[in-house]
Amino acid sequence: MAEMPVLEVSDLRVSYYTDAGRATALDGVHLALNAGEKLGLVGESGSGKSTMALAMMRMIKPPGRIESGRVIVNGTDLTALSEEAMRKARLSKIAYIPQGAMNSLNPVTRVGAQLVDAIVAHEPSAPRKEIEERCRRALESVDLKRGVFEMYAHELSGGMKQRVCIAIDILLKPRVIIADEPTSALDVVTQRQVMETISRVQKQIGAAVILIGHDMGLMAQFVDKVAVMYAGRLVELCGVREMFTRPLHPYASALIRSLPSFSNKGVFHGIPGLAPSLLRLPGGCSFHPRCPHAMDVCRTAHPKLETLPDGRQVACHLYPQKA
Amino acid sequence: MASISLSEPLQPGRLILGLNYLRRNKALAVGLLMVLLLTAFTVIGMLTIDPKNAYPLSVEPKQPPGAKYLLGTDFFGRDLLSEMVVGMWQTALIGVLAGALGTLIGIVLGFMSAYFGGVLDAAIKGLCQILTPIPVFLIQVVIAGSLDKRDVTIYTMAFIVLLLAWMWPTLVIRSQVLTMKERQFVSVAKLSGVGSLGIIFGEIMPNLLPFIAAAFVGQVFSAVFASFYLAVLGLGPLREPLLGNIIWAAQGQGAFFNGWWWWPIWPATAMVLVLGSLALVNMGLDELSNPRVRRTE
Amino acid sequence: MPPVPAKGIGMTDLLNLRSVTKVYSRGLLSRTSTVALNDVSLTLKENEPTILTVAGESGSGKTTLAMLLLGFIAPSSGQILYKGRDISRLKGEERMTFRREVQAVFQDPFAVFNPFYTVDHLLSVPIRRFRLAKSRGDTRDRMVEALTAVGLHPDDILGRFPHQLSGGQRQRINVARALVLKPRLLVADEPVSMVDASLRASILETLRALQQDHGVSILYITHDLTTAYHISRSIIVLYRGSVMEAGDTDTVITNPQHPYTRLLIDSIPWPDINRRWGQTEIKAQESESSDHAPGCKFYSRCPFAMDKCRETPPLFRVSEHQAASCYLHERNPRISSERLSELLP
Repeated sequence: MAEMPVLEVSDLRVSYYTDAGRATALDGVHLALNAGEKLGLVGESGSGKSTMALAMMRMIKPPGRIESGRVIVNGTDLTALSEEAMRKARLSKIAYIPQGAMNSLNPVTRVGAQLVDAIVAHEPSAPRKEIEERCRRALESVDLKRGVFEMYAHELSGGMKQRVCIAIDILLKPRVIIADEPTSALDVVTQRQVMETISRVQKQIGAAVILIGHDMGLMAQFVDKVAVMYAGRLVELCGVREMFTRPLHPYASALIRSLPSFSNKGVFHGIPGLAPSLLRLPGGCSFHPRCPHAMDVCRTAHPKLETLPDGRQVACHLYPQKA
Repeated sequence: MASISLSEPLQPGRLILGLNYLRRNKALAVGLLMVLLLTAFTVIGMLTIDPKNAYPLSVEPKQPPGAKYLLGTDFFGRDLLSEMVVGMWQTALIGVLAGALGTLIGIVLGFMSAYFGGVLDAAIKGLCQILTPIPVFLIQVVIAGSLDKRDVTIYTMAFIVLLLAWMWPTLVIRSQVLTMKERQFVSVAKLSGVGSLGIIFGEIMPNLLPFIAAAFVGQVFSAVFASFYLAVLGLGPLREPLLGNIIWAAQGQGAFFNGWWWWPIWPATAMVLVLGSLALVNMGLDELSNPRVRRTE
Repeated sequence: MPPVPAKGIGMTDLLNLRSVTKVYSRGLLSRTSTVALNDVSLTLKENEPTILTVAGESGSGKTTLAMLLLGFIAPSSGQILYKGRDISRLKGEERMTFRREVQAVFQDPFAVFNPFYTVDHLLSVPIRRFRLAKSRGDTRDRMVEALTAVGLHPDDILGRFPHQLSGGQRQRINVARALVLKPRLLVADEPVSMVDASLRASILETLRALQQDHGVSILYITHDLTTAYHISRSIIVLYRGSVMEAGDTDTVITNPQHPYTRLLIDSIPWPDINRRWGQTEIKAQESESSDHAPGCKFYSRCPFAMDKCRETPPLFRVSEHQAASCYLHERNPRISSERLSELLP
């Protein structure tokens, strides 16, 4: 399918300049996503997944900095835009649901006003009545009553607030929605509701979704493709079915093996060792100190992300591909 | 359980981290530097000059700054350099005395109030809230003015200043302790068998050190400033070469009109530097104790 | 395995909750009151260390239960007995013993550390307070022993500050602290929910080892039934302060009888492609409905709600090790809440 991808990230590099030195948060990440696709971005804390989200939204603040790379959404390179143009692009081209988004709702204005503000910031000349109607319909599409328009944030439960944030994000029909652990603060039943809502609205507006998290269970339920990150690099990218049945990268397979499931009650497989400090990455492949299959080449050469014949991508010396 | 040792190399030493931090927190850096220089001036001064020269009829009067008298002399025959040194020393004394006592009271009352709550808390908080709106300047002037001139010494000045200054650190420390005591490491300490005093001094207090330091500096600032304006009004211990006194005396003799410009200039400059440096340090400490900043270590 | 003494007369239970209720009233007029926990009873036997899960979402009362057991708050009615003694009446030496024998592992691996001190402080303080070591060297030995037992290298850990370590390491140190004290009862309040999924396994394994090898009874509080399934033998499901279902973990999770438990199980995102979210419809809860409505707390969200449910259902014993408080099972014999512990294996 020679579809033009709706999102293309190439060679994204982000560093943080801390008092203790320079930390490499993202080390040359490549990613592509088609319209309507759901991608799961998985990794431990410090793997760079949240940094990816912020970088794509160009919300990295000092001491962090985007060193290089491009983020192209529907043909537009976001990294090349001016501040003002980027501000317009946020919400209209690319939207972001942060962790604990419910805490980002303004407590002193009504929910409806915040929805309206989002539209007015991008379309200042639209007629008021029409804006209001669009907002109410957005609320309905996330399974909330139209009356929520008049309510205040504190009158809503956690799950409802999160759905309001989703409603705000879909108002302008962005092409890409990035959901950064949108349900981590929510209970399991509310979580399911919110995820099903995201699924539904995504289908409605035909957006691509990137779900960031470390809960493989959520990934299994929700996404089509899974991308695994480790120490600022993308190490594997494949369909969700393949990820669960036959993961290739040793880190990915260790992750899958550590998941509790019905069939192996009481059996635990942890991943030995620790994720490396971003201030001092090991030479060669960042995973080699913990890898059961480490070879000599792994200590010296950094494996590139190669595409296998079946379309999967993996960065590991176990799977060398002809250039 | 097998596990691979991946010892993360220890971060660069505390000193380097501290210096790096100072590079970022310019207010604190500059303020501390100024305080350091002023302290050096005072200390070296006290060790080298003859304090007698700071009192009347010691040297040739009305001399402009020159080789013999670096900063000049005043109408009463006092060497300005000596006056500055002794004045700074006394100002520091008042400031630190009143500041330290005020902060100490604040710590004791603030901690007790916040940690034990109940009637004690209500009483202390109530007292602070009643006393706060009282116009400090007015009361200080009234008290200082009604004292017999002979009774006014540096120590009475410190006391007058302290009288209405202790409420602010009390309230501020109290609110900090209130938040701290709900933190989970306090619950864990309780589970570990630590008693109330252990929690106050062992767990909560160390975390409030930057904060207490900021309160202290704030108190010193208020004390120094109060001593200055009271002295300028002529309400200070008139014999002593307090910086404010020098200006009051200069004004009384019409220093500017008579061309003795050096007389009020040095104390005024010194006061600006002292207050400025304290204010900068305060600003810097403010940023340090703000938890949002601390994380970027 | 520690030797199990023969059962004899005068054997007290380790922990006994008798109809414990906790009500929070807000405001001077105390018109708005929240029932955090409603008439919960359970028993943990002294010489049968076990892992009991208390499952529920936020607002279920599970945190209140933890706070009550640790003695941080007092019940509004009912009694909490530790080794036969009411914990609110313990003083002096007895209270110290209680403190030492009942410990906790909390959810947030970072919050338990005092940021001013190195992580050693978390371990050394209880050792000193409870006089578990005779000298500095002895203290250090014990810390090393506990850290090694949770799979950490002491050299990587001692002397560091909490922000220099990862979440997984911090939580393991938390568990190490529990090991050092060798409590009789450990209240684990969501010990792995803030830890990366890949590290949960090893922490849970340590908890299980604590129970099996060191005879510690664990009250595992969580909303994540997947981990509960792997680690505990018995389970109590709470919703808005009341017990909905209780029994043997395997049975309850594979064959839930209460509609709320069914909803919970169905909503779990199993990491299994072939087990996608179920067909149970979730009735969206539009707003916090009043707590004061009498009857079953789950009424407003229950797909099987009947008129009868406006009267609080008792526990019905569905099988030897399972009971649900739901009128769908009213044909089964009733069991009073005080005898809840009989259900638990």
